[in-house]
Amino acid sequence: MSKQIDINDLNIYYGNFLAVEGVNLTVRANSVMSFIGPSGCGKSTVLRCINRMHEVVPGARAEGSVRLDGENIYGPNVDPVLVRRTIGMVFQRPNPFPTMSIYDNVVAGLRLEKTKGDKRNLDEVVESSLRGANLWEEVKDRLKKPGAGLSGGQQQRLCIARAIAVEPKVLLMDEPCSALDPISTLAIEDLIRELRERYTIIIVTHNMQQASRVSDMTAFFNLAAVGKPGKLIEVGPTQQIFTNPQEKQTEDYISGRFG
Amino acid sequence: MSGVDAQQAEVEGHLSGRRLPRWSTPALAGGALLVGLIVQLTGWTVVGLAPGVVAAIVFLLGQAITSLAIEGRRHSKDRIATTLIYATFVVALTPLLWILITVLVKGLSVFDWTFFTSTMRNVSPRQPGGGILHAFLGTLEQVGIATLVSVPVGLLAAIYLVEFGKGRLKFWISFFVDVMTGVPSIVAGLFIYTALILTGVLQQSGFAAALALCILMIPVVIRSSEEMLKIVPNDLREAALALGVPKWKVILRIVVPTAISGLITGAMLAVARVAGETAPLLLTTFLAQDINLNAFNGSQTSLPTFIWDQISRGTTSSVNRAWGAALALILFVLIIYAAARILAARFTPKSR
Ligand SMILES: Nc1ncnc2c1ncn2[C@@H]1O[C@H](COP(=O)(O)OP(=O)(O)O)[C@@H](O)[C@H]1O
Ligand SMILES: [Mg+2]
Repeated sequence: MSKQIDINDLNIYYGNFLAVEGVNLTVRANSVMSFIGPSGCGKSTVLRCINRMHEVVPGARAEGSVRLDGENIYGPNVDPVLVRRTIGMVFQRPNPFPTMSIYDNVVAGLRLEKTKGDKRNLDEVVESSLRGANLWEEVKDRLKKPGAGLSGGQQQRLCIARAIAVEPKVLLMDEPCSALDPISTLAIEDLIRELRERYTIIIVTHNMQQASRVSDMTAFFNLAAVGKPGKLIEVGPTQQIFTNPQEKQTEDYISGRFG
Repeated sequence: MSGVDAQQAEVEGHLSGRRLPRWSTPALAGGALLVGLIVQLTGWTVVGLAPGVVAAIVFLLGQAITSLAIEGRRHSKDRIATTLIYATFVVALTPLLWILITVLVKGLSVFDWTFFTSTMRNVSPRQPGGGILHAFLGTLEQVGIATLVSVPVGLLAAIYLVEFGKGRLKFWISFFVDVMTGVPSIVAGLFIYTALILTGVLQQSGFAAALALCILMIPVVIRSSEEMLKIVPNDLREAALALGVPKWKVILRIVVPTAISGLITGAMLAVARVAGETAPLLLTTFLAQDINLNAFNGSQTSLPTFIWDQISRGTTSSVNRAWGAALALILFVLIIYAAARILAARFTPKSR
């Protein structure tokens, strides 16, 4: 079901500004990879290149290739809309659609752009997606209420439900817990461990404990100075990155001797 | 503690000091009014100041001095500023209330059932009676056509500017919208007159009038819609795009619905804005004394041109009718404002 991602020689620009340089990275299917590194080193930028959300920013572009089970998503005839269906995304701030009920939020992706051959019943999609996001029990009696009325943690799980309702193969999460309280954070971490069975997941986090709790592999990004491009410094099994990093920069960052 | 004023208390590190009692403000105001009245009655108005102005000055000075003596500098300045702000508020509001009250008093004198249900057909200027039905229907039709044209055009232009536009084209469109916002309304009428009527494309008619109103309405709709679309958080666009929704659907199903209450308010305010325009209508349609529902043929009167027509006839009854029509026009605009508020409230995203 889930798919492997191979990133090759990826250079990412905002206008003429080279934000991230020379990323080479492989994320295996059904694994969780976390991106760590100081602010501004390009974690979000790399993440957004993986589902072609980067180019939504005016003037932004990327060079190099990102392959999804071998198929280059930057290939000439690739439709970004289809890429984004296959590779879902959860943002830092919970962003349910304010005009829609909980129910409508979950099926928004399906309603707005139904893929051919998708004959699933919407009620079932809502229930299975909300169960998948560990939110069903909390909201099953008020599905018709506005999604904006939920707590921050519930809203974020609603956004996860919305993302998995379109049945992506890969899930990208950009600091999904940074706006949440510790209890909601734990709920989402549990969820990530469950989702790992069915999706390839990449999660950006500033929380090292979180990275070590949820991820199999960790990639460390860094930048030499402000205004210089960010780079991928080291990638490896999470255990190894946190206990025995190969690069000095990684070690400094992990042990808090940063900058 | 109450031995020192509030300013001194602050210097000495206390948290409380002497303050003026609450009743001091109304007492001072009453006293000031009395002084104003006395000045007026004794005929000392050599300086030519009205009693209200005298009272305001007395109040301002009296309060500043007592406050300075009892509370200290900072509180005194605070009270002066407060008084000045209230005073400007009153000054700004006075003409508005004045107009409203005048129109209300003069207009109500001719308000009756026939005034709304009859036309000026066979009513001579000197006769009392007659009504505004034809003018009201004309306004409805002209403003209606203008709205049907301007709102879609304006909204689409705003969507272009906010969601798609970049570079030169966006700059120039934006620039021309700014310029058009400042076009005097008579120029809009003159434009339709020279470009469409003198060239024989259109006759003078309700439709030509509606087109002139469009010129005034479109930039207003564009500007207000643009502001409304801009405040839709980018997060929502990205969330929808990341679900694999094409951009045009994101705009249609997420951005516009999120902004809809503001868009409706903006459109309604634009309607209210052009409903009272007179100058462009005078150039684009002739006056009629009877109902003409055909906007494409023959002259069509509207409320503003009706007012102008009646005033220019100068008889007591026709001037009274003009006041009545003015009141009706104000009520019409008021109803549109109220409808805008109600609709906007209904469509505002709820969180419960
Ligand atoms: N929309 C944007 N326009 C221009 N530059 C941007 C934009 N977003 C991010 N950047 C720049 O790209 C670099 C990487 O940013 P980002 O990916 O957000 O870092 P991180 O997520 O690791 O904190 C930074 O130098 C940032 O200033
Ligand atoms: Mg980031």
